[in-house]
Amino acid sequence: MKQLRMAGSVVLLLWALGLSGCATSTIFNSSKLAASTGPTTEQSDPWERFNRSVFGFNEVVDVALVKPLAETYRAVVPRWLRKSVDNVFGNIGDVWSTANLLLQFKPKAALEMGMRVATNTVFGIGGILDVAEEVGLERRSEDFGQTLGVWGLSSGPYLVLPLLGPSTVRDASARFVDSKFGPEALAFREARDRYGAYTLEAVQTRVNLLNASRVLDEVALDKYTFLRDAYLARRRSQIYDGEPPEDSTPAAPAAAASATQ
Amino acid sequence: MLRRSLISALAFTVSALAAPMVRAEALAADAFVKQLSTEVVDAVKADKAIQAGDVARIRALVDTKVMPHVNFERMTAMSVGPQWRSATPDQRKRMLDEFKLLLVNTYSGAMTQVKDQTIVVKPLRVAPVDGEVVVKSEVRGSGEPIQLDYRLEKAGEGWKIYDVNVGGFWVVEAYKGQFAKDLSAGGLDALINRLAEKNKSKPAAKG
Repeated sequence: MKQLRMAGSVVLLLWALGLSGCATSTIFNSSKLAASTGPTTEQSDPWERFNRSVFGFNEVVDVALVKPLAETYRAVVPRWLRKSVDNVFGNIGDVWSTANLLLQFKPKAALEMGMRVATNTVFGIGGILDVAEEVGLERRSEDFGQTLGVWGLSSGPYLVLPLLGPSTVRDASARFVDSKFGPEALAFREARDRYGAYTLEAVQTRVNLLNASRVLDEVALDKYTFLRDAYLARRRSQIYDGEPPEDSTPAAPAAAASATQ
Repeated sequence: MLRRSLISALAFTVSALAAPMVRAEALAADAFVKQLSTEVVDAVKADKAIQAGDVARIRALVDTKVMPHVNFERMTAMSVGPQWRSATPDQRKRMLDEFKLLLVNTYSGAMTQVKDQTIVVKPLRVAPVDGEVVVKSEVRGSGEPIQLDYRLEKAGEGWKIYDVNVGGFWVVEAYKGQFAKDLSAGGLDALINRLAEKNKSKPAAKG
């Protein structure tokens, strides 16, 4: 899952400021709690009040700015061009997924993703076309947050980031690595280009979510808890490659990771 | 000796050919999911009204093709939790109706998204335990495949679905989280009212 990425450092600064508003003692208490219980319980969300206010802020920004922008983009830019933009970002993301698969000690999957990148870069004209999809090389997105999860780091408390949306302490921290060492940082060296790329990618991602967000409004009684539970369950599932164990014991991910070594 | 094995081979071939006609008898869980999802996707693809979001048509499709294969009572009971056991028959009925409506509304939204996707059902890797099994599948279209898994229980000769997993998130788990607040604050009646309110706002909002 590609997540919204916008002006990363500004946002993380905001986040850090927001965090410092919380008592530090809760950080320690709550991370213990989060590690000892299942992923989709209220205990994973000790900062619910703070999170809800950020969530509210994000909703306002989305309605006022991001969603209209995405709708305009969808109306103005022809489908083939949107698809090409999507593919190019997808291909860049695949490079990072490959690196993360290697870090997760999954050589077979890494090889497949590597082949995917090579195929699309060469035969897909620098990633504009997704030819690999047609020959059956499916995309498996990986990021550094997942890699940390595979290594056995528990997610820590749930955290809603300004503009970026659902995350956890682990995943938010991993974003630093994603944005510092991810291929976007290498492909777009100038900060201006990079933020331009992030913005375009964010808008494109929001376009892809236009339909999903409509379904979400219908499915949820409380959108905040629905998104939270969905995010936590999905991340857990991704870390276990779609097969999380039924009951969660905190030691499980570490055991799984060391078993594959 | 040779003739006998020939005859038995022939008999085997005939019975294999005849098998599709009686397959409902002991269809494996993964084959059942494959059959059901193909049927539904084909029905959606063949129906322009459904793709355009015609709620009545979608409801009809869900009622005829999907619901007969779902143990909806179990799904609801699991989502509600302990309070289900103490619920009156009337409460149960209202809860089932409202929850079903909510899910059908959601389903209608999802069905308008069906375009060029295909569903790939993965072969079972573990045998059913106590008549229950998880079947995994994937929706493939443009972009990353979406995980779509089912929890099934043996029902007579066939199977019934009692939980669905979309992208790593089980429906029962999702609604446990959604229901918890109303249930603890005002009990089952509060929850039913909440669902009814939500459902009432739906058709008008959609147009």
